[in-house]
Amino acid sequence: MIVGLLWLLGCQLAGTAIVELTGIPLPGPVVGMLLLFVVLVLRRRDGEDDPVIQVGDYFLSHLQLFFIPAGVGVIAYLAVIRDAAVPIVVALLGSWFLGLATVGWVLNLFLRRVPSVAGTEGAPGEEIE
Amino acid sequence: MSIILWLFVTVAAYEFGRWLRARTHSPLAQPVAVAIVGTLLAVSGTSYDDYADATTLISFLLGPATVALAIPLYHQVARLKGMVVPVLVSLTAGALVSMVSGILLVRWLGGSDVLERTMAPKAVTTPVTIELTDRLGGYPELSAAFAIVIGIVGAMVAPRVLTQLRIRDPRARGIAVGAVSHGIGTARMLEESRVEGAFSGLAMGLTAVVTCLMVPLVAYFLL
Repeated sequence: MIVGLLWLLGCQLAGTAIVELTGIPLPGPVVGMLLLFVVLVLRRRDGEDDPVIQVGDYFLSHLQLFFIPAGVGVIAYLAVIRDAAVPIVVALLGSWFLGLATVGWVLNLFLRRVPSVAGTEGAPGEEIE
Repeated sequence: MSIILWLFVTVAAYEFGRWLRARTHSPLAQPVAVAIVGTLLAVSGTSYDDYADATTLISFLLGPATVALAIPLYHQVARLKGMVVPVLVSLTAGALVSMVSGILLVRWLGGSDVLERTMAPKAVTTPVTIELTDRLGGYPELSAAFAIVIGIVGAMVAPRVLTQLRIRDPRARGIAVGAVSHGIGTARMLEESRVEGAFSGLAMGLTAVVTCLMVPLVAYFLL
């Protein structure tokens, strides 16, 4: 438990330090995520009893809890939302639709030539909130 | 006293949201949306700054949780075999289209510059949206709300929209939803099929990385 937490905090710390030292335009926790990904690939130990995976999966299963405080902050922006309701609604839905269609169509073009990889059916997915 | 009170209210509202989802199975009943509404009702009368100070213990955990997103990415990365290039090309194109169209639509309809910066990174998973909006100079809390809303929209209508667009390959469907509706859309795609859910989760993680890399480019040309 604590070992897993140390890995997560350690990667976040290293990621934040790298961002501060190099000035690369990425958020520290995202660099930390890439570092943890590299660690996981290098270790090749994916047993369920791995402390990083146990703690990490638990965190992810309650990811929504952690951004409630930020979401509640929307209360400070009710005036902004009221004054710009049309741009907000149209841009939200419009850019969502265009993004979805772009990804889908580009993949449709490519994937006709890539058959379904064996083993994609029935492998367990994970729920992330 | 007030610290423990707001921590309790927030966690309790989240647990109520989880209970409501288990009872209704509706994509509208997202624990986070229910919890935000519930907490808003309880908080009214308190200043947001006081509430935010009291709940730093919860928001702090966003950082380690973002790092933990490496785990599903690691589990799913084997599925990329033979499709690395198509997936990266489509996600990069999707992230660019999503950010650029978000910015331009706000601009054409008379929204402010800060609103453009808030709208741009809303398609990625909420913790990363908050970080990116902060860097861009938008309103992080408002962008979190945008991200949650667009996740719920995706969960409600994305499968039907994709069918209308004649996108039927389950891999393409999963990746498209993960690219624009992150974790909330992913949870919905898992109900459609395991393949769609797994690819959606994979796309969510990769989109976060691709978007972070594209943000400076988009900001340079458009903001």
